[in-house]
Formats: sequence, structure tokens, C-alpha cells
Amino acid sequence: MNKTIKWEYSPAPESTDHIELKKQYNLFINGKFNAPKSGKYFKTINPSNEKTISSVAEADKTDVDKAVKSAKNAYEKIWSKMPAKERGKYIFRIARLLQERAREFSVIETMDGGKPIRESRDVDIPLASAHFFYHAGWADKLEYAFPGRQAKPIGVAGQIIPWNFPLLMAAWKLAPALATGNTVVLKPAETTPLTALKLAEIIQEADLPPGVINVVTGAGKTGQAIVNHPDVNKIAFTGSTEVGKYIMKAVAGSGKKYTLELGGKAANIIFEDAAIDQAVEGIINAIFFNQGHVCCAGSRLYIQEGVVDEVISKLRKRMETLIVGDPLDKNTDIGAINSKMQLQKIKSYVKMGTKEGGSIFQSSCSIPKKGFWHAPTIFTDVSQSNRIVQEEIFGPVLAIQTFRTVDEVMAKANNSPYGLSGGVWTEKGSKIFKVTQDIRAGVIWANTFNKFDPASPFGGYKESGVGSEGGIEGLSGYVNMV
Amino acid sequence: MSNRINIQKTYKLFIDGKFPRTESGRYIKWSDSKESAVVNICRGSRKDFRNAMVAARKASGSWACRTAYNRAQILYRIGEMLEGRRDQFMAELTLQGLSKKQAENEIDTSIDRLIYYAGWADKFQQVFSHVNPVSLPYFNFTVPEATGVVAAIAPDDTSLLGLVSVIAPVIAGGNSIVVLASESFPLCSITLAEVLHTSDVPEGIVNILTGYRSELIEHFSSHMDVNAIIYCGNDRNDRKLVETNAALNIKRVVQFPEQNWSKDQHQSPYHIMKCQETKTTWHPVGI
Repeated sequence: MNKTIKWEYSPAPESTDHIELKKQYNLFINGKFNAPKSGKYFKTINPSNEKTISSVAEADKTDVDKAVKSAKNAYEKIWSKMPAKERGKYIFRIARLLQERAREFSVIETMDGGKPIRESRDVDIPLASAHFFYHAGWADKLEYAFPGRQAKPIGVAGQIIPWNFPLLMAAWKLAPALATGNTVVLKPAETTPLTALKLAEIIQEADLPPGVINVVTGAGKTGQAIVNHPDVNKIAFTGSTEVGKYIMKAVAGSGKKYTLELGGKAANIIFEDAAIDQAVEGIINAIFFNQGHVCCAGSRLYIQEGVVDEVISKLRKRMETLIVGDPLDKNTDIGAINSKMQLQKIKSYVKMGTKEGGSIFQSSCSIPKKGFWHAPTIFTDVSQSNRIVQEEIFGPVLAIQTFRTVDEVMAKANNSPYGLSGGVWTEKGSKIFKVTQDIRAGVIWANTFNKFDPASPFGGYKESGVGSEGGIEGLSGYVNMV
Repeated sequence: MSNRINIQKTYKLFIDGKFPRTESGRYIKWSDSKESAVVNICRGSRKDFRNAMVAARKASGSWACRTAYNRAQILYRIGEMLEGRRDQFMAELTLQGLSKKQAENEIDTSIDRLIYYAGWADKFQQVFSHVNPVSLPYFNFTVPEATGVVAAIAPDDTSLLGLVSVIAPVIAGGNSIVVLASESFPLCSITLAEVLHTSDVPEGIVNILTGYRSELIEHFSSHMDVNAIIYCGNDRNDRKLVETNAALNIKRVVQFPEQNWSKDQHQSPYHIMKCQETKTTWHPVGI
């Protein structure tokens, strides 16, 4: 079989005719959709074709204040007084309603954010409902989560979430906050607000008491108003380390609690004794999942010298098979870059990588004319001090280095201000335990990568953040222990 | 009446298992309320702190890698050594204004606290670890891991107990620590260092400085290699400063208000957990 088989895929687009989107979305405050006081709206576009999907209200300080007041009121009068098992039932309801509308949510997520429908359908939306379902059951069992202590809610949580997993991040934040008895003001990212607003519709349907969840849309200024509001008792933020540091400074001395899920630059380590074909699949998943818009992406690859040539040639071959294109097509592997700004950032890093002396390889895929796209990219001949090795790119760009010994690769892997995740590939059990112990990061994938589950805590060491989300550990960020 | 002249103790710092004087050559005159005794305490500097940080970082990895059983025994050993030196601490505590009974109480509680944390050193991981029932064919578990190097501003109102209560949970959890002793009651801190020195605590795991809080708090909280900062006290400006500087490299911030440290409620495995990270590991299950 010397002949190369040319695999052609027929288009398999997911239909959008069942999607109901309004032309304009208001702020969800106290159980109702309200127009913003300023009357200002901003557009949210489909990054795969740059068409406007809808316009969304921009919340200013006054709107945020209204949302926080409604959350505070709901906390004091209703939510903190409700028996925990009843609280839990509301969260179960949200989980169920989301499951029922999973298809609709997947399509909207893909339209608004550019991620492949396969991922929103198989990962984002099912995991989001699983998060609500898992946490719902905790509501009346918290005494088992904190032995020897009593867990009390904190009050009003201000939650600011990113654009890479819009609904999933909303679920990560909302579910534990509600289960532990807090009320919430949630701000989705400005480029991907739609699924959070659709979730607000579900919250209405679920008959959740008004004010328990409020959704305010806007950009950085709206987030700032939440962080600085005196009646917000806790900030939960997922986003860049830079903004995380800003938040820590802003809340210093205020008594506000915080959990932060910040940037990463994960080392993915391939040993000579790894199952190479599986490892290559793992590399692809680690860096190209969700266009590389993943804080825990395996963006630094370390290959042991003996298998460098084999791994890189297989990796290149595999990259050539990745389908880049219409995110709504079920065959698509890599969708659109989330925004023009992000695309420019990725491009500038790629330029920098070449300038710093790296050798670039990009898959020869065709790229649509309209929209924001970036071909899967790998760099070899880079060194530890290169900026593309040190800094988070948040795109489909991989920096590859080699190593000889375990000590060497551990030193390289841990030479980073970040510590969110890491990967190790070897068929030797004892080596797995040694390396997973020594990587200074919060989530380690051994012979796998980028797996998530509501029962599994997720969070970073060092400048990758403070606190965990998910599992028992994730509950502790939302309680005061007495 | 003998004519023998007493040998007085020189109070120095404790860095990297050694007792150096402050590199700054500065001192603080400390005297008891009756001014019957005058002691020169080292006025530790930023450079002393940085030296201690180098030692603490170098030591932290191997301490975390020791078996929990070994760490437990070393903590127990500190308790043993403290018990054997009661008289010395009695003298210092009474000189610093405690009644005999209060001093006895403080020593008893300090020893008991070390034994309490010695017992936790090989158990908290068990209590706070979890195997997580993920909905995928993977084995998934979560364990606490030492955060690394901790910088601590010890309580000012106690000479021994506050210091012990801050150090013990941090090192029981596998971290190393650089701690600023009480400014008002500094005498016991260096004597405690002598106890640590003879208790098989590896060099660099505990480093004790004396000096002015107002001078050193800025450096403790802003140093870029500190993983967690502990602040004991009620000063609002200090708290704000510590929290603001923590943002420089996302330090974990642990604060203890002024409190009666002798109460049992101020010892807890949750204090150990304050300087722990959470690590979750995934591995496929299959053939």
C-alpha cells in the first residue's frame, strides 16, 4: 500500500434552524431581564464569519450595583434561610433543563465562540450540566466535606469568567456557589455572552428565587465594578494572571475572599518508553484542543532525545490530517480563533518565535477567507529562555524542546512562573508516580491530557492561581469554616 | 557568695542551621520591665531575610520528599528537646513579664502543640486526600502537597507559643519557613532555634529572624520566591500591605488575628492545609 489515500470528508454541518436568539439581550437582574441604565449595547459576532449574532447590554457601575443589591437581598431573605435540600433541588433542576436543551446550547456556543461543534456537543455542554448535577447533591451534605468544621456560606459571590469555555466556566462557578448557599453576580466574557444569557432563561424556567443568580454583561469595566463593590464578599475569577494580580491588589485589605484560575504554560513530557502513537494523539489533544484556547494546554513539549525524530515526524503527519474550518461542521477539528484581538496576539507570538530563531512548521490546511483562523503550528529549535517557551500564547502554537534525563526535564518543566497542569507519557508505572509528584502543578495528566470532570479538582500552583474548582476541594472556596 | 561572673548569652539569628549575627551589624536593646537585664537582639535586615530565603528554598524540596513518618518523628523530637530545656524557657518567659504559672502554661502548651502536629504530620494527607469518581475510564486522585517556602510574621504578644503555633503546622506539611519572631518578646525565639538545631530538623527548614516588624514586613511580603505569607496581628495597614504585595507573584495569604493561642481551637489540621496545594492526577484505566 504505497498509494496515499486522499480522505475527503463531505460537509456535515449542524443545523441552526432550531436556534432561537433574540436580536438584543438585556441584563438578568433579580429574576428579570432589564435594559442597562446607560442604554448601551455591544455586538457579539460569530468569529468564523464575522457576522453579528446579537447585541448585548453593557452593564455599568449602576447596573452592577443593582445586581449586587438583588443578590444580597436574595441571600439574606431567601437563599440562606432555605433548607439545604431544597436549595439542592433547584440546582438539580438547572442540570436537567440544561441536559434537555443541550443541542441548542452547543450550537449557540459554537456560533458565539468559534469552537468546533464536536467539542461543544461532547465536552462543554454535557460537562456543564454534570457540574450542576454533581454540586446539587452537595448542598445538604456539606458536613461530610469538612470534617470537624461547620461550613457557612460567604454571601454574595462576584464571578468573572473567560471566553474559552463560556457555559462550562459559568457552571464551574455557579454550581459550587449555589450549593454552598451563596448568591451570585456573574459576568460572562464580552466576546461570548450568549450561553450565559440563555442559561439565565433556564434559571427563570427553573423558578430559582429572583436575585440568587444575576448575569451582567460587559467588558473589563463591568468586571471592575463587581470586584470593587463593597457588598461583594467573594471574587471568583478565571482569566489571565495579569488580571488575577490586579484583583488581588484591588481586594487587598477589604476582607473579600477570592479564588483565581489563571494562566498556564504546561509541560507535556514524552519519555522514550512511552506508547508513541498514543503520545502523539496526546500532544495533538494537549495543544490543539479548543484552538489552544485552554489555560491548561500542553504548550511546552519535552521529548526525550531517543524518540525526537519519530515523535516529530508522526506529529507533523497527524497535524496534516487536522481539519480546520467551519466550527459547525461535525468533522471539524479546529475551529475559529475566538476574536480578532486574540488572533493578532497569536500571530505576534509566532512572529516572535521565528525571530528568536525557532524553526516553524504549520500544517498546510486551507483556511477560510472570512473570520479569524490560525493553522496548527509547532516550533522546534527553541530554548528555555525564548518568550514562546515562557509566555502563555493561548492559541494553537506548540514549543518543542528535547531532554536526556529525568532530572533535566523536571528542572525545565518547573522553570516557569506558572503551575497549572502537566503531562507525562511513559509505560513505566514507577516513573509516572515520580514525575507526577515532582511536577509543581495542580493537575497532572499521565498518559492522557485535557480531561475534566466535576468531581475532579482543578486549580494551579504558583502564578497559575489560588484555590481549586471541582470536587470537595472546590467547595472550600465558597464557605467560611467555623 | 561566689565571685564568679556569669556568662551571658549572645542572641543571634538562625539561618540555614547556623547562628550568624545580622549582616547589618545592627542591634536592638531589649530590657525587661525592671531594667534588671539588658540584652542586645539582632536587628535583622533585608539581606538577612534574603539569605534565609535562599536556605529555605534549597532545603524545601528534600524536606517535602521525606517520609511523613520521618517528619512526624522530628516534630516529636522538637517537643522532647523543648521539654528538656524547660528551665531556660522559664527564665526567659518570666524575664519577659510572665508569672511563673503563666510561663509554665506557655511551655506546656507549646510542647503539647508540637506533639499535636507531630501526630498530624502523617495523617492530614489521608484525611484530605480523595479518590474522585470521575465519569470517564480514568483513575483520578487528589492529594495535598507542600506549597514550598513560607514567610511568616509571628504573633507579637507571645514569645514562644505563638512562634511554635506558626512554625509547627507549616513544617508538618513539608514546607520550609522563614519567620520573624515577636518584636516585643524576642528572647525565646533564638532559644527555640537552639532546640530546633538539636532536633534533627534539617538546616534551612526553619529560619528565625529577629528585628523590627515595620522594617521587614515589606520584604517578607514582596519577595518573589515566597510561596505563602503568614501574617499574625490586627494592624489593618499591615494586612493591606501583605495582601497587596502578595499579588506580585500570587502568594497564598494566611492571616491570624491576635488571639489567645493557648486555646485548643487554635490548633487544627486545617492550619496545615493553609500552606498546602491541591494536586490531582489522572491516569487511564484499561488494558
